[in-house]
This record gives sequence, structure tokens and C-alpha cells, in this order.
Amino acid sequence: MSGAPYIQMKDICKSFGSVAANHGVSLSVEKGEIHALLGENGSGKSTLVNMLSGIYAPDGGEILIDGKATHFSSPRDAIAAGIGMVHQHFKLVDVLTAKENMVLGQQGCGLVIREKELTRKISSLSQKYGLSVDPDKKIYNMSIGEKQTVEILKVLYRGANVLILDEPTAVLTPQETKSLFDILRNMKKEGCAIIIITHKMHEVLDISDRVTVLRKGEAIGTVVTSEADAHSLTEMMVGRAISLEIGCAEVPPEQKKPLLDVQGLSAVGLNGLPVLKNMNFSLSSGEILGVAGIAGSGQKELCEIIAGLYKASEGDILFQGESIVGNKPADIMRKGIQMSFIPEDRLGMGLVAGMDIVDNVLLKSFRRGKGPFIDRAGGKKDAQRIVERFSVDTPSVSHIVKKLSGGNIQKVLLGREIDQNPTLLITAYPVRGLDIGASYFIYDTLNEQKKKGVGILFIGEDLDVLMEISDRLMVIHDGEIMGIVNPRNVTKEAIGLMMLGQSHGEVVA
Amino acid sequence: MIQIVKRPDPSKTQDLLTRLFAVLCALVCASLLMAALGYNPFKVFGNIFIGSTGTLHRIRETIIKTIPLAALSLGVAVAFKMKFWNIGAEGQFYMGAMAAAWVAFNFNRLPMILMLPFMFCAAMLCGGLWALIPAFLKSKFKTSEILVTLMLNYVAVKWITYLQYGPWKDPKAAGFAKMPKFVNAAVLPKVFGVHIGWIIVLVLAVLVHILLNKTKFGYQVSVIGESEYTARYAGISVAKITLIAVIIGGGLCGVAGFMQASAIEHSLTDQLSAGLGFTSVITAWLARLSAPAIIVVSFLFAALLQGSAYIQTAMQIPTAVAEVLQGIILFFVLGSEFFLNYKLVFHKNAKEAA
Repeated sequence: MSGAPYIQMKDICKSFGSVAANHGVSLSVEKGEIHALLGENGSGKSTLVNMLSGIYAPDGGEILIDGKATHFSSPRDAIAAGIGMVHQHFKLVDVLTAKENMVLGQQGCGLVIREKELTRKISSLSQKYGLSVDPDKKIYNMSIGEKQTVEILKVLYRGANVLILDEPTAVLTPQETKSLFDILRNMKKEGCAIIIITHKMHEVLDISDRVTVLRKGEAIGTVVTSEADAHSLTEMMVGRAISLEIGCAEVPPEQKKPLLDVQGLSAVGLNGLPVLKNMNFSLSSGEILGVAGIAGSGQKELCEIIAGLYKASEGDILFQGESIVGNKPADIMRKGIQMSFIPEDRLGMGLVAGMDIVDNVLLKSFRRGKGPFIDRAGGKKDAQRIVERFSVDTPSVSHIVKKLSGGNIQKVLLGREIDQNPTLLITAYPVRGLDIGASYFIYDTLNEQKKKGVGILFIGEDLDVLMEISDRLMVIHDGEIMGIVNPRNVTKEAIGLMMLGQSHGEVVA
Repeated sequence: MIQIVKRPDPSKTQDLLTRLFAVLCALVCASLLMAALGYNPFKVFGNIFIGSTGTLHRIRETIIKTIPLAALSLGVAVAFKMKFWNIGAEGQFYMGAMAAAWVAFNFNRLPMILMLPFMFCAAMLCGGLWALIPAFLKSKFKTSEILVTLMLNYVAVKWITYLQYGPWKDPKAAGFAKMPKFVNAAVLPKVFGVHIGWIIVLVLAVLVHILLNKTKFGYQVSVIGESEYTARYAGISVAKITLIAVIIGGGLCGVAGFMQASAIEHSLTDQLSAGLGFTSVITAWLARLSAPAIIVVSFLFAALLQGSAYIQTAMQIPTAVAEVLQGIILFFVLGSEFFLNYKLVFHKNAKEAA
């Protein structure tokens, strides 16, 4: 590569309080390059790109764009310098159209939006990069993939030639991911510089030209992708070689007993529209039933109905032969049905963010013992046992939960549930936001529970993981079961099509 | 360039120092105001101190003001713990006082040993039921408890005014719109020169502390306060716990009304609360909803009230100035909350910052 790179970040330092999020990180990106930033959660990837996009100001180091030192004091400066960021959580106004979202907050567009000119500009941008979106469609009518396209268009419209994407594929189906990557390749051809944050190894290998690996706030190294492989990158990322096998533990069939039987389950959402449509499936002990589907296909409602938190409109749920539909959560617990629900929203639902580990462990057992007083001593013992068994990294059991790292928070939640020796475990996105080490710990724990005879309903988002860990995989679309398949016998693409609404029969045929 | 940066959680010393610094700032600021008005600030503050704690009598007066404030703050704290923003302590206070007065007027043959507990229970019940209205409306129709509790204050006060000018007016008062005096059995006795309310309040503080921190009920209240979803997930009956906690909180405010009517006024008037129901929201918040801290903060606040009353007479400082003084102190102490959670970082210029 000749001359100075287009973007250069030199010796960037940034601290939050006493935590050094970036420590002497350097990064250089060329025009016409797709550069992947790889690293575990908390390794400083987001902090680094947030400084490039003007959200944070670095404490030390310098940022050079096209050879010139720059200082951004707000995202607006970064946009003016041609740097646009697509955030993991979309920043779009739901009730406006794609077009309106693009001009929103733009300076100098006057009071009146010049519709025609805008449409022309958008369609020329769309054609140039191969993006397809209806500029007059309202955001709330869009799929996640379409929303992401709007986000990309929005930054392009603002004149960005450097695009930063923060975990863009986390919420996409395989098909949507593929079309996103096609767009990115087109942009690369047009000379844009692209920085993509991800922790999915195969995507890094698939799309990027070079990879910079971050670990604990430091840049471990930059390698040319074609000279790297999954194992070498993981080692750089984690700092040691780890096995990437999840494995699906074998449980002899005679140990499998029917546990959960869902019959004709339907439910209505808060807006009056059906969210679950005539679901039929069963789960036996010692089995992991994976659930794959686009976010918002009814996963949440399904979990909450089984846990007694949401009302079913029709159908029945038999747990060990006994109907539990319509029972309150407390009834279900009181009946001695050992069912543990690990919700996706850890701090908003599964745990109390502002309380310490002891009080969070008590959440499921505070009723223990007679009399009006709470048994904190017992809770402390439980908490200490859980911390030890799941090697939760915490100064003490009286540490506030929200101050723990994501992986440790999940360990507390999972630990509390497993500590109660459940026979049925429902878990939704248990590794979301966790680093590789913590994720594999969770997978291993689930496999271990399964070997003990626990039936597990595993709502997941990473298809590769789902296909590896599940005994059977249930694919849902818009509250309907598209098929329950043996993940060993289907392709990822077939599952992707089922997630998009084709039934198993159609896909196979 | 000034940047606002979130602080990592402050340590206990940092917390205390910040608050003390805020009080100091308030005193400096108030001094400047006093000086501008032509008063010697040192004399003013000295007199506030003397006026609230200078003699045994004045200490008693301060304690007498502390009692209702602390009881009201305890009631407010129970609801606040659950993030039920009860601004209706004033109204619950009056309804409690009304129930106590009703007992005193209608069962005037009862001996003191029965009369006072009866008044206490009636006040607690009535204050609690009054607080139940907004809680019920909230759980049923998702109304804002802030608005409903606030509005019900005015309903309660006007209702007392109606009783005072109408059905409960003392016919022997020669046309004056006031209620009859309570019989002696309905007046709280004195212990060490101050009515027995101080013991009641201390006992209530201990009970509230135990209730919130040591019981299953208190635990459930805290969980609901942190997150209703988590509470539901844990099988806690949110509606039931909320209603019970609100009744307890309202009941405590009602008890404050009973003590004030019985020990101070020996009757009921629509001036009984002197706005303490609103002040208690501030004191409960400043004490961070902790029962022991409520006692301390209420005492300090009562001292400020008592002291400012004193400087009015001793130095002919108008009431308004004393109120401004209170306002300044509140402003700084509440404002210091911001600096506990955030700090300002000054950059000389952009170059150095980069």
C-alpha cells in the first residue's frame, strides 16, 4: 500500500473512570478496504469507533484523516469529515418514512423538504451501491434488514465515504447478511473505507481484507485476512487457544421422558394481532430443543406463556402431564414445578440491576422459611455456592449486580436457576453480549444440564450455534412453526428460508 | 470546553464531603443575600442556631416540629421505595387527623388508654384508605399517581375546611368557624416535656426500618421499585404488594395528622399541617429513604424552621427572607445530587484535549 492510509488512529487512549477502555490503540484503514475489528465484549472496539465517529473524544493519541490531524468534538464533525456510523441499535424514527429519516436533523435543508430532488438523490445512491429500499415506506413497516439499509443510506446520503458498522449482522438472517455483504463489497468497489465490528469469525474471514484484533483495550495486531484462519484469530482475540467445538451431548434415548407438551398454543399481542399461531411441539428430558427465528417472531411470548407471565388465548401446555396454562408464576413455582426461565432481558427481568448478588439469588427463594422475615443468611450461602460453582468474577457476594461484566451477570442468572435443580430450563439468548470464553462456558453448562436429564428450550440467534447444540431445531416465523428439523440434516440456507416464512415442505421440495 | 462526565459510584466519604460542601455553598450564598439586605449574616446564622437549640425550651419546640415531619417522611419513604411517587402526604395527613378528631368528638367518654389507640388506628386506617385511591386508579387505569395524589391533597384540605365551617363547627364558639377542643383523654400526654409523639415516631422509624430491610414484604417492595417486570418474573403479586405498601405509607401520614391534632392543636383545623406534607417529600428524599436518616434530616429541617421563626422575631427579618434562606439551602443540597453522579471536566482548548 502506498502513501499514508486514509484513516489513521495513532496511540489512542480513552478511560472511563478508572477503566482504560483503549490503551495505545492504533488502527489504519485504506480507501477501498473492508477492515474488520475483532475482539471480545469489553475489548474496546466500540469505544475506538465511537471516537472515530465523534461520540467520544480521545484522552490521548491522534486521529489523522487523509494525512491531516483532526479533532472531532461531536458526531456532526465526523459526518462532515465523511465518517458515518451505523449503530447496532438503529436510530430511526419509526413513524417517519425512510426518506424523512434521511433528512432528519440535516442542516440547511430548509423548512420544506424538496421531495423530488430527494427521491432522485436517494435512487441514484441506491443504484450506485445496490441498495434497494422504498423511500416512502414507513420504518415501522420495515423488516430489520430494510431498516439497516435505511441506516446505511442515511449515512451515505450525508456524504460519508467511511462507513462504520457496529455488529451489523447480529440481527440478520443468513440471506439478509449475504445481501448486506454484497452492498459492502459494492461500496468497497466505489472506493469507500469500511470498518466492521463483529465477533462472528466466519464473517470476518468472508468479507474483510484485513483484521485488527483488540484485547482488553489494546490492539494485539493487524493481519491480512487471507493469511489468517479462525483458530489463529481466536487465539489472538482470547489470548490462548480454545476449542471452538460446542458439541451436542449424547443422551441415551431410554433416559428421555416426555416433559413438556405444547398443544395448539395461540396468543394475541398487546396490539390485538396474533403473536403465536397454533403451535404444537414437545420437549423431552435430556433434550435441547433449539428455537430459530427472526427477532420478534413470538419467541418472547412463547417463553413467557410457559413461565406463566403472558396469557395464552388458546391451546394447552402440559408439563409432566399436568396442564399449567393460565397459572401464575408463583403458582407454578409453588406447585414444585421446577421450571427455570432465563429471560433475554437479563437486567430488566431476570435480575434486579441495583441489588447485590445475595438479593438477586433470593429472588427465586425469598419465600423460603416461615414468618415474615427474609432469610438473608441462607441467601448468602446460596450466593457463595453459586459464585464458586460458576466461577463468577466478583469482589464479594454483596457486589451490585449491574457493576459486574455481562458474562458474570449471566453466570449469576444461570447459576441461580441451575442451583434450584430444574427439570425444565427455558433460556432466551443466553450468550447475547458475552465474550467467547463466557459463551462456551454457558454452552458447556447447558450440555451438562442436558446430560443430567434437564429438558432445555434454547432460544438462540446464532444459527451456527443453534445447529450445533440442538437435538432438534424448531424454526418459527411470525408466531408459526415452519418446521421442526434435525439440524444435522438441513443446510443453513434452508433454515434461513424457513425463518423467512417458507414451510419445511416448501424448502425441501 | 466543559464536558459532563459520569462519575463512577462515589465512595461514602466523597458522598459526605460533597453534601457538606453543598451546605457550605448554600451558607455562603445565603450570607451574600443577607449582607445585601443589610443583615449581618453571622448574626443571622448564629440566631438560627440559638433559636432552634439555644435553650431547653427551644430544643423541645424543635423536637415538636420534628415529630410530624419525621412521621410524614417515613410514610412517603415507604411508597417511594416502590417508586410510587406519593406527593399526597398532605392529604393523607388531614384525613388521618379527621378520623382521629371524629373518634375524639364521638367517643368522648372513653378513657385515655382506649381513646388514644382508637384514634391512632382510625387515623392510620383513614390515611391509608385515602392513599389507596390513587394506588387503585393507577393499577386499574394506569393513571399517574403523582397527579392524583397531588390533587387529592386539595380535596382533603377543602373537605376539612367544609367540616370546620359546616357540620363540625363548634356551636359554642360564638360564631367563630372552629371545631370544639378535644377532651383531655384525647390529648397525647407529655414525656420529658414533649408530647409522647416523639416516642411513637422513634418506634415507627424502627418498625419501618425493619419492615423495609429485614422482611420478605420489604424485599418484595424493593424488587417492585427496581423493576416491575422482574417482580412479576419472580412471581411477586405486584398489585397486592403495591396496595399494601401504599396503605402503610398513607397510614403513617395519617398518624402524623393524629399526633398533630391531638398533641398540638387539641382540635382539627384546615391549617393543621402548615405545609409539612410537602416538606416531607424533600426530607424523605434527602434521607435517601432510610428510616434512621429520616429522623436526623427531619430534626435538622425542623431546626431550620424553628430557627427561621426565631430570627423573624429576634431580628425583625421578614418571613419571606427566612423562606428564601430555606430555598437556597434546598437548592444547593438537592443540586449536589448532580455532582455526586457527574463531574465537570474542563479543557483549556481542543488541542490539549486531543
